[in-house]
Amino acid sequence: MRFLMMTTDTGADQGPPDEAMQIEMGRFIEEMSKSGALLATGGLEPGGARITSSGGKVTVTDGPFAEAKEAVVGFALVETRTREEAIELSKRFYQIVGDGAGVIKQVFGPEDPMPGA
Amino acid sequence: MRRSGVHATIDAVWRLEAARIIAGLARMVHDIGLAEELAQDALVAALEQWPESGVPDNPGAWLMAVGKRRAIDRIRRRQRLEHKLEEIGRDQETQAPPEIDVPDDEHIEDDVLRLVFTACHPVLSTQARVALTLRMLGGLATDEIARAFLTSEPTVAQRIVRAKRTLSDAGVPFEVPEGPDRAARLSSVLEVIYLIFNEGYTATAGEDWVRTDLCQEALRLGRTLAGLAPGEPEVHGLAALMEIQASRIRARTGPSGEPVPLLDQDRGLWDRLLIHRGFAALLRAKKIGEPPGPYVLQAAIAACHAQAPAAEDTDWAQIASLYEILAGVAPSPIVELNRAVAVGMAHGPERGLELADALVDEPSLRGYHLLPSVRGDLLARLGRTDEARAQFENAAKLTRNEPERKILLDRAASLGDVPR
Repeated sequence: MRFLMMTTDTGADQGPPDEAMQIEMGRFIEEMSKSGALLATGGLEPGGARITSSGGKVTVTDGPFAEAKEAVVGFALVETRTREEAIELSKRFYQIVGDGAGVIKQVFGPEDPMPGA
Repeated sequence: MRRSGVHATIDAVWRLEAARIIAGLARMVHDIGLAEELAQDALVAALEQWPESGVPDNPGAWLMAVGKRRAIDRIRRRQRLEHKLEEIGRDQETQAPPEIDVPDDEHIEDDVLRLVFTACHPVLSTQARVALTLRMLGGLATDEIARAFLTSEPTVAQRIVRAKRTLSDAGVPFEVPEGPDRAARLSSVLEVIYLIFNEGYTATAGEDWVRTDLCQEALRLGRTLAGLAPGEPEVHGLAALMEIQASRIRARTGPSGEPVPLLDQDRGLWDRLLIHRGFAALLRAKKIGEPPGPYVLQAAIAACHAQAPAAEDTDWAQIASLYEILAGVAPSPIVELNRAVAVGMAHGPERGLELADALVDEPSLRGYHLLPSVRGDLLARLGRTDEARAQFENAAKLTRNEPERKILLDRAASLGDVPR
């Protein structure tokens, strides 16, 4: 099962991450890659472009946007056997980074019934 | 049936941590069977305590700490017993109790690699190696292994008990083999992982989810091994092969579960992420710069298919030459048969048929439906319709897969109306 774990902006002003935390995070990411759980990960730019399509017209608005809170700021695509395993990995992530918030969503794969199918 | 929250968490923690805990404890007690029992004791303690106390912040470390305590108890008890025997007057040399080697984060990966090699030791039967690997490295329960291999739980339990005893009786050391032994031992490990993968891969999708899950499990083991032994090209070769083969899972069965041959698959359904990972693993293998082994070669062949945007773009000449090298490195009738297909595509059906015909008396292919199926295909392309039809009919008789039988009979029937 694949899960997309997204960390969202909590609006809190976080200073630069300290070195010890970064080392620990590096080790955690390495361990997750080696175990085959981590397929891809990355951080996201704060702004970005917003695209809306309405009545056949596509509009592109460049950020930054006023409502930064709850915007996705980072992601990890993981492959685990159960949802609980993905949640366990996520818990370990937050034990390292400290305060924060995120969302975990299953990414449907070949073995999963497609919604509405 | 959904288990309660804490139990689901414990399951998840166990599956994520089992290999490391068992490996760490094996470092202490030098016996993977005993290490697994001690780890199971720790799991039982968690099942008793966590529903009351809550799940600890670092559940893996908690399990390891409990396991370590049990291991130390066990070692001390054994030392006391040995000491008593000495006092009774058995003429033994007095020794200071040996230092207990305690696992730590620094060495845990070495321990997991030792566990892989020990669980896949050639002293064990293939079935026993598979069961031990899934149990100790995958953290699978006995009933899950039984379901995955369509056998009964007591059979698997027996197999595991016997395997542990065999390892212990044979005094198999808890170590990564070095020297001339290493290559053979590594190929035993790779064989076990690929066997697990194929057990899942050949199961029809949707037949039983646990079986298709085996592909996932094997992939995970392959990726783990690539992380633990990054200097071995064949380890990356196997990982690459499995990633690329797994990329086709969605495309390889049709809507009613019938198998879709590689060349007829909708390539849009191939999982690009897995293909990409497969290529990356193959590159890592090539960078090491040794002559390619069987897994690297098979992965390279799979990569040729993955690279072709459409079936007709396939570089058959390249595939045919890779099969030729493979036939030199790891000769087998199945490789020859695949080579016949590739040569038939690259250099014409006549050349392919020569290779396929040479396999007719091969005892290990007797009863194997793909031989007549391949010959039927080559004969049909040469316009030898009657012979082709007979081959397809024969192949249909031999296959045990119902949808496949239908495809073969359809092909035979499609050749039926051609006048002599």
